[in-house]
Amino acid sequence: MTEDTETKLISKPNVGKFGTGIQSYFSFLRFLVLLNFIIFILMFSFVTLPTIISNYGIFNSTIAYISPKNIDNVCTVYKPSGNKGLVYFYTYLKDLLSGTGFLEVTSLFYGYYSIDAVWISIMRYNLPLAYLLATFAYLALSFLWIIKRSVEGFKHNLVHDADPFQSYCNKVFAGWDFCITDPNAARLKHRSLQYELQTDLQEEKLKQKIAERRMEEKLRIYSLRVFINIIVIAILSGCFYSIYRVTVFSQENSNDKHNTNSQVNLLVQYLPSIVITLANFIGPLIFSFLIRFEDYTPAFEIKLTLLRCVFVRLANIGVLLFSLWSQISSCGSDKCKPCGYNYKVYPCWESDVGQEMYKLMIFDFIVILAVALFVDFPRKLLVTHCSCKLVQWFGYKEFEISDNVLEIIYGQTICWIGTFFSPLLPVIATIKYFIIFYVKKIVLLHTRKPAARPIRASSSNFFFLVVLLIGLLLAFIPLGVSIARIIMFYVIALARAHKRVVEQLREQLVLESRDKMFLIRKIAEAQRYP
Amino acid sequence: MGGSASLIPRDLLSEYQELTFLSKQEILLAYKRFSELLPREERENACSARVPKSQILTLPELRANPFQHRICHVFSTSETRDDSMSFEDFLDMLSVFSDSATSDIKSHYAFRIFDFDDDGTLDRKDLEQLVNCLTGQGEESRLSSAEMEQLIQNILEESDIDKDGTINLSEFQHVVSRSPDFASSFKIVL
Repeated sequence: MTEDTETKLISKPNVGKFGTGIQSYFSFLRFLVLLNFIIFILMFSFVTLPTIISNYGIFNSTIAYISPKNIDNVCTVYKPSGNKGLVYFYTYLKDLLSGTGFLEVTSLFYGYYSIDAVWISIMRYNLPLAYLLATFAYLALSFLWIIKRSVEGFKHNLVHDADPFQSYCNKVFAGWDFCITDPNAARLKHRSLQYELQTDLQEEKLKQKIAERRMEEKLRIYSLRVFINIIVIAILSGCFYSIYRVTVFSQENSNDKHNTNSQVNLLVQYLPSIVITLANFIGPLIFSFLIRFEDYTPAFEIKLTLLRCVFVRLANIGVLLFSLWSQISSCGSDKCKPCGYNYKVYPCWESDVGQEMYKLMIFDFIVILAVALFVDFPRKLLVTHCSCKLVQWFGYKEFEISDNVLEIIYGQTICWIGTFFSPLLPVIATIKYFIIFYVKKIVLLHTRKPAARPIRASSSNFFFLVVLLIGLLLAFIPLGVSIARIIMFYVIALARAHKRVVEQLREQLVLESRDKMFLIRKIAEAQRYP
Repeated sequence: MGGSASLIPRDLLSEYQELTFLSKQEILLAYKRFSELLPREERENACSARVPKSQILTLPELRANPFQHRICHVFSTSETRDDSMSFEDFLDMLSVFSDSATSDIKSHYAFRIFDFDDDGTLDRKDLEQLVNCLTGQGEESRLSSAEMEQLIQNILEESDIDKDGTINLSEFQHVVSRSPDFASSFKIVL
């Protein structure tokens, strides 16, 4: 398919002249908007809607609460306070940004769904089961949809990307697309052809050089690579450890109710998100610096750097969840015995995890907007309209497709993990991606020079979907663990209640036997003295 | 459209349809575009007029094409060798570049277009000029001589079967038949 016909097929033709990589990015964004919207519809109609209907008694529905008699009351006591009385306006803002206060009592978080069943006329709707099934449903839906899209992309990829097909003759004799009529598109094609030919020639020379390496050279290169990988692991451990400490600090401080300075409090609450974003920013910079010393072919360099960046972003989320979990189950002095976790500090730990995911998502959104509007946009305007030499030399940041895609995938993984704890998160994600789509498009279109370097390996749709799939599979892990823990806590509480009941019965038996003894004695006395 | 249909006599129209790969609508559209290149007085006799090369190159389909001069040269049947094109030359060109042309025809004409010195083979100089056309005009867009040497070496390795240092028509057609992108890129549609 030629560039021009592809441009005509996409409904926004003006983005097409920037090359197929950027087109793939925008069509990927559109796909995510749609996916998140469908997940929202799923969760809303099966979980939120029945709860709201029954809360307001529409359709003659009633609620059955979790019966307190057979489960230890302590574990299910959850009284979020909301905002009582007169509060300052900025409290609402703070609550909006951190998911506490008035937001905590809404259907946004897990704690709202504390009912056992909903009776709609004569039908019994088992809400906890529906919640669980809806979770599995949205995960399965995402998985299948991504697979379906990658299969389509894979076929396209196989024809257009696989190296054996791209012989030099093909590139030279069939390289020029005779359908191009626009001089700008022609310029772009010239540059892309030049870059492709040069890259291929470089790779070939490098491969030859590698094949001719002597034994000492090889030894040196391999030991250098091992050393650099050790450095990479050290950096990653540093990142993970700092995220862990910051999360612990943030949780301890935000649970300390005496701290009333709200600006500082907000900062402390957002500290994990800030550290994660910093790590996501610095990590890739360091990796792309280090990889130069490892002496790989350019194509492999790109792939390896991308792999490392993906790993950093997704593992950071995992570390955050792990540190949250260690706080929730940190039992100093027998605090966890009744329920299995620290129920005094975290009466509803699912809501707390939901709040952290909510904060991550909001912060991610703010950072993307801020960087696009306050860094990229002025920079591009400056470079386009001011021909002062210093500014031109400073240049502009090209639209790095891979960085932008990783950003989105990071946000989507957070959404997948967070939706279980906060069922309305997908609608926030939908709105977020919708706005980002238009912001990025506007920023991209206000520059004269489109990014010309086609990074084949990383700009294909298939690659985006594979990395998204990795994010989804990684999201399965914390969700699986959380669901398993919830079931475990239920069983523990049930077992403890069971134990109590058994003890009560035993006591009762003892009492009854004492009663029996008393009665027998009385009868014997009465018989002795008629 | 109805107006231009009456300007090409029907027998000529059906003859064009038989001799080229173009459909009736495509021929009529070609006629319309061709006569727009002529000055007003000559539009009546569009079928027999010749359009100078400079005018042909104003067509949007050709103006961004790095092979524009070669295309005009190959398809022009002008006796004065000024690369001017008649309507029939124009139709010829559109026919070769149309969707329905066979890949044999396309590769034949591609060979002629890429043969910059018109000597019937693609030698090193031809290939060098070809690559320079692809990467664009201007000093910074050319490959370095070492890269060019390496590239031409690779091309000859892949396509020169008889190892004579040049690519002849059959070698070219053979290598292009294995190229997946050729049919879709060697296309011009008005």
